Amino acid sequence: MSNAVLVLAEHDGKQISDSTYELLGAARGLAAALGGTAEVALLGPRDLAGQLGGADVVVSVDHPALAQYLPQASEVALLAVVAERSPRLVLTTCATPGLDLAAALSVRWRAPLAAYVVALDVADSAVVATAQILGGKVLAELELPGEHGIAAVIGGAFPAAAGRGDRAPEIAEVTPPAELDELAMSLVQVTEPQGGDVDITTAELLVSVGRGIESEDNIELVQDLGDALGVPLSASRPVVDAGWLPKTRQVGKSGLTVKPKAYLAFGISGAPEHLEGMRDAELVIACNTDANAPIFDVAHYGTTADLFDLVPALTEKLDQ
Amino acid sequence: MRIVVPIKAVPDLVEEIELTADETGIDREFLAFVVSEWDAQALEEALLIKDANGAEVVAAGLASDPDIDQALYTAIAKGADAAVKITGGEGEPVLTGERAALLASYLASEPADLVVTGVQAADDLDGQLPPMLAARLGWPHVSVVVGIAATDGAITARQEFAGGRVHELAVRLPAVIGVQAARQAPRYAPISRVRQAMQAGGLREVAAEPSRGAPAPVVRRMFRPERTSRAEMLTGSTDDVAEAIVGLLRGRGLVKG
Ligand SMILES: Cc1cc2nc3c(=O)[nH]c(=O)nc-3n(C[C@H](O)[C@H](O)[C@H](O)COP(=O)(O)OP(=O)(O)OC[C@H]3O[C@@H](n4cnc5c(N)ncnc54)[C@H](O)[C@@H]3O)c2cc1C
Ligand SMILES: Nc1ncnc2c1ncn2[C@@H]1O[C@H](COP(=O)(O)O)[C@@H](O)[C@H]1O
Repeated sequence: MSNAVLVLAEHDGKQISDSTYELLGAARGLAAALGGTAEVALLGPRDLAGQLGGADVVVSVDHPALAQYLPQASEVALLAVVAERSPRLVLTTCATPGLDLAAALSVRWRAPLAAYVVALDVADSAVVATAQILGGKVLAELELPGEHGIAAVIGGAFPAAAGRGDRAPEIAEVTPPAELDELAMSLVQVTEPQGGDVDITTAELLVSVGRGIESEDNIELVQDLGDALGVPLSASRPVVDAGWLPKTRQVGKSGLTVKPKAYLAFGISGAPEHLEGMRDAELVIACNTDANAPIFDVAHYGTTADLFDLVPALTEKLDQ
Repeated sequence: MRIVVPIKAVPDLVEEIELTADETGIDREFLAFVVSEWDAQALEEALLIKDANGAEVVAAGLASDPDIDQALYTAIAKGADAAVKITGGEGEPVLTGERAALLASYLASEPADLVVTGVQAADDLDGQLPPMLAARLGWPHVSVVVGIAATDGAITARQEFAGGRVHELAVRLPAVIGVQAARQAPRYAPISRVRQAMQAGGLREVAAEPSRGAPAPVVRRMFRPERTSRAEMLTGSTDDVAEAIVGLLRGRGLVKG
């Protein structure tokens, strides 16, 4: 075992993701506390190592099957990397690759995993992760016992700046495992999201609606408020999944990131995946009947009024 | 094609969540439980495959999950062909690893072509079920899927990334898919049909023999997030609150007129 902290890099074949730098910043702090190195597993084009000047070591597996992200290819390559480097701790994101790989690695490498991590500490050489569960309502302090551990970290938990740097990391090449030539899956096609009727990322003010709206018929109610203010509606993911508003209106991790001057949230609980997309709004006003809803942790102003009372009251005031 | 859909009961987040006296777990005694929303999406996706191509859809729950009978009968009422209740293991499995062990044992005794389940559950501590189960079975897996199309001996799964980019993947079966969202909103089962399914009975119990898996994290304590930057709460009548909000927006020049 080494005391290295190994970050799984995410990239689109050309660019290392911001989330990778967030992890690498955390890895540097932890590696210092453990007396090890901060390493990055770069599964894919080796020339991306040039963007990883914040690492001590870049562990590289380069193979055509890794040119674009493919879950099984990355999994077998990551296993080869941990087998060779034997790090104390592996960090992944909670984005799609993290959701694919962290738990699979936990089983195949026999290492405990803490998911949805927002903080990491080393105390008396034990690695302790703080994880967020139940939509952000409860935090759990988890110890990762044994020689190896894995933490899947929520986006935005650590600053990206700490993971950037201009060192020239050592490049450690790992031989691509033979399984990469006999995968049970292949990439057929990539589709980019299409632009929509309105661009919610440029709006100064957004009226945003969540599952508290209960049904498609009730969307009209918030639409009236949006119209009174002359601003577009945005939404949480369940409203979009239900087909009540188009995908182009979705705010959050798998939707768009918005930074309006004001964000009015009606019937949105404030799950971590939603907060990722709106926490930098200048002013957040939240309406939620549940006084313990996590949205109130990021909102500047809040009310536990019922949205079915408050929304028409607001529309009426504005129409006066 | 045989599709197994593992479903899980999770605490209803609308309820107040209480911790156990030793503060290392959730006090489940007085909590209301609902089917994990992503599992409901997974069931819908499986039923859509059945509608399009014909398939045998089996909903699978753990016997120790609260209100699991109701959830399984609801699955049958929605169109699942069968439902199984998996027994075995010790107590209520809290960790995903324990659930994966029980389900892997079940799937070894009654093989499936495809396992479709929720990409995550709100109370996952040690990771998500789809990759853990797949790794135990030695099957390929894809998570964050927003649509599946079935062909001969293979599927294509649409995997979603940040910002809404989608990769379409061809995957050989057997495989495990973690569903983020079905192609359409989950169908509704009329109460009468759920009742009918209950009266017909037909939940089959299957005993699983879980084997050991990955070591688990140790819960030191659970706690509620500190409310450091809590919102300032607007009080008074609905009208007062509306007035205050309009005032805040006006103050920032965001209300015309
Ligand atoms: C990989 C992945 C990516 C995801 N990406 C996103 C994303 O991009 N964006 C996103 O939003 N989510 C995303 N999610 C989903 C996320 O985890 C949550 O499920 C979702 O944000 C919850 O939406 P919500 O707040 O509208 O619904 P809920 O959590 O159900 O909250 C509804 C809220 O409405 C309140 N309410 C009910 N009735 C009323 C009333 N009458 N008046 C006032 N308040 C009321 C309730 O108290 C509750 O807090 C993602 C999940 C995964 C796994
Ligand atoms: N007709 C019904 N009767 C009772 N419970 C239901 C019914 N339809 C859905 N449910 C439950 O409601 C929750 C949401 O299910 P869904 O409709 O699939 O989103 C789950 O806990 C289901 O088990």
